[in-house]
Amino acid sequence: MDDLERRTGWAIKPQGACKAEVCVPLEPGTAEDGDVDVASFARQLRMPLVHDGDHGLWALGPPAGGRALSTAVAPELELPDLSGQPFALSSLRGQKVVLIAWASW
Amino acid sequence: MWQALRSELHPAGVEVVTVALDTGGADAARPWIEAARPEHPSLIDAAHVSDELLGFVNVPNAVWIDEEGVLTRPAHPAHVQGSGFADSPVPEGLPPRIHDMLVEVKKIPNHSDVYLGALRDWAQRGSASPWALSPAEVVARSQPRPPGHAEAAACFELGQHLWRQGQRDAAVAWFREAHRLQPDNWTYKRQAWTLATTKEGEASDLIQGPTDLYDGNWLDDVRAAGAENYYIAFE
Repeated sequence: MDDLERRTGWAIKPQGACKAEVCVPLEPGTAEDGDVDVASFARQLRMPLVHDGDHGLWALGPPAGGRALSTAVAPELELPDLSGQPFALSSLRGQKVVLIAWASW
Repeated sequence: MWQALRSELHPAGVEVVTVALDTGGADAARPWIEAARPEHPSLIDAAHVSDELLGFVNVPNAVWIDEEGVLTRPAHPAHVQGSGFADSPVPEGLPPRIHDMLVEVKKIPNHSDVYLGALRDWAQRGSASPWALSPAEVVARSQPRPPGHAEAAACFELGQHLWRQGQRDAAVAWFREAHRLQPDNWTYKRQAWTLATTKEGEASDLIQGPTDLYDGNWLDDVRAAGAENYYIAFE
């Protein structure tokens, strides 16, 4: 469940799948005992679940049908620096932040 | 460039965080980061997680976040200096495709003066700045995500995973599908084109050019989309 939250921003809570102030109730059996029925979870949150049968891989996309952001609350983003040390965006709370995406390409 | 911005804005209480969107990970980004000697957090996003979470579709893109951890600007083009090509003629003697690429680059709007002014104003005035959007506006102005775009994100993730595993033919098939589903996502295209045209650790003389692997390439796709549409305006 921690990995699900880290990659999607959606946390499993007693009231359902939650991101910031938004919670979506989940059908019974979707998340129990630390396990998530990903196919059911994906269907309920309108997330595409794409399958590569040749390589035994599945990938879960973000919720469809709205906007990239469902809330203005910044997602919990934790990424490594050059030395591999994880850095949490939330550690900068109390400062304004300009987060800039760039690439070597 | 980002370090200079950080030096200017940090005294006003703004931290700059850079995120390298590179499937090649730290090794791909390292030369640029080490040359910049940044004082700000310089992070590596090898899985393109932040694209999906925040809606980045090209680089450079940025979001602004206030002291409470609330976005005041959704993903937007983030130019803090003018294009080096804008006011100078395209040099003669270049290979034809490179020449044509520079012709298109010169057509791409660069509103760095407006953007930098807005950023400075927000740094000083925070939520009182007219450039700071309400939470509802931030959500409404974030990238649309129809079903095809959501599926493209999953396809791109499969492509990246397979590429890192060395399953490159299979990866290309998923990258192509991501491109088909979201043709205006330049991050997906430019990353995949670069992987196909540049060997690890080497400079490329192809520069996201034509290959047998993909239908598109930077020059043809920018011409088709119109250089004026390569970055959305900041307003």
